[in-house]
Amino acid sequence: MIWNETKECMERSEIENMQSKRLVKLVDRVYHNVPYYRKKMQEMGLEPHDIHGIEDLHKLPFTTYEDLNNCYPFGLRAVPMEDLVRVHASSGTTGKPKVAVYTRRDISIWAECVARCLTMAGLSKGDIMQVGYGYGLFTGGLGAHYGAEEIGALVLPMSTGNTKKLTTLMIDCEATAIACTPSYLLHVAETLRDEGNLDKIKLKYAICGAEPWTDNMRDQVEKMLNIKAFDIYGLTEICGPGVASDCEHHKGLHIWEDHFLPEIIDPVTGQQLPEGESGELVITTLTKEGMPLLRYRTKDLTSLKKDKCSCGRTMARIQRFKGRTDDMLIIRGVNVFPSQVESALLTIDGITPHYMMIVDRVDNEDTLEVQVEVEERFFSDEIKQLENLTKKVAATLRTAIGLNAKVKLVEPNTLEHSQGKTKHVTDNRKLYEG
Amino acid sequence: MYTKQLSVFLENRKGRLSEVLTILKDNNINISSASMADTNDFGLLRMLVDDTDKAQKVLKEKGITSKATDVIAIIIPNTVGSFDAVIRKITEADINIEYMYGISDSTEGASIAMKTSDPEKTLKAIEGMDIKFYGK
Repeated sequence: MIWNETKECMERSEIENMQSKRLVKLVDRVYHNVPYYRKKMQEMGLEPHDIHGIEDLHKLPFTTYEDLNNCYPFGLRAVPMEDLVRVHASSGTTGKPKVAVYTRRDISIWAECVARCLTMAGLSKGDIMQVGYGYGLFTGGLGAHYGAEEIGALVLPMSTGNTKKLTTLMIDCEATAIACTPSYLLHVAETLRDEGNLDKIKLKYAICGAEPWTDNMRDQVEKMLNIKAFDIYGLTEICGPGVASDCEHHKGLHIWEDHFLPEIIDPVTGQQLPEGESGELVITTLTKEGMPLLRYRTKDLTSLKKDKCSCGRTMARIQRFKGRTDDMLIIRGVNVFPSQVESALLTIDGITPHYMMIVDRVDNEDTLEVQVEVEERFFSDEIKQLENLTKKVAATLRTAIGLNAKVKLVEPNTLEHSQGKTKHVTDNRKLYEG
Repeated sequence: MYTKQLSVFLENRKGRLSEVLTILKDNNINISSASMADTNDFGLLRMLVDDTDKAQKVLKEKGITSKATDVIAIIIPNTVGSFDAVIRKITEADINIEYMYGISDSTEGASIAMKTSDPEKTLKAIEGMDIKFYGK
């Protein structure tokens, strides 16, 4: 099933024509409505009339996290404040979140994009979908929710945190689909197995995103639950989940090129790379009104394929992610930067800024342990005080990164101390294959 | 009136206690009493030693953090109710006891109580040493 065949199956030349027209309009819009972009373009000696189509894309300035930070929170909006209807946010490197704003039309295009993804996975009106992403500033919950409503599915907005209730309702309401992070899906599968309920579910599809996963993980969860599992990609700055997702042939994630113009660049030189070569994924939002972005650098490393897929869709496919250009970690679907942990620890008396984050996957759930050194002058001979310190660190981290971390106090001077570039993260999950 | 106590923060990992004790031995520091308070992740070794300042210094040289604290160390008569009497006095004075542990009788030599993962094996391991069992 294809949700919007006229768009999803356009000939390559039609796609490019549409992208060119939209890009010209977009450039005109940001030049006249976003002072930050106008200044950037003027500094490069660029005027809107210099951009005739996607062949001129390489002339345009990039947008980076630093730009978002400079314009925090609403500086990149291209419409009057009163036309905005939504804010979403995810964590940034410096503690300031990455904020994205949406107009009513942005929300409806987002819903359309997610609807395409869900239809691609096999869902239609009549399906019953549990949304196991967090609802709130995080785009996962509401994004999946609107997409499911768009196709006319029945939605159970479960959010996160109560697996027992999720499995109970999955059985009782005869849910046929679930949207959540892949690691959470495995956790759900194992919970069902431990409850002896694997044969009581009616689940057919899982749409998983917000963190990278391997084919092995997909095979494992598909077998356990006897379902088909699909990968969905997105990022807050662009809109959230629904930027791209994979079809039953699993040959990469179809990116909705009529709304998101993708390119692959060399992350060092910034030069565009030819089709098939690996580099950093860069996306230009062709239709966004609230906060359109020119050439946003996702920091995700991958490649693109543009040949027609066996499913009939012609939209380019994002190939397997090979990693990140920065040190961002995705833990239980939450973006975490070591710098956030560092600045949070610095606010606590008694802890030196020496720390080590140990990320692992235990029983298919991401775990985060933060080891911190007990500073000499705050070392106490009372267990109670040391335990209070542990609790305080855990609470501070919870506020700063939005995750429960296991805090472990370690002896002073035992963690690696800065000699140039200190390694602050040990990730034992091996999320990126090959 | 006060006795200096030496506390050492120890991560729960194999061999760590032994490392600390070896440092003290190598520097000819005598431990007259030791107590271990533990949690899942770390332990606190509290000791009475014959030279606290020197112990702190030699431990610090080896990168081990310790803390010297004043504690009240008292010998209570070995009679029914004497312990209760002392604690009652403290309680009535509205004083909270943060922690407490048994210490050795210096005239008799250090007495320690320990629980190990394998008591039988422990007994075999110390068999024949110059030790007496407490209360025998």
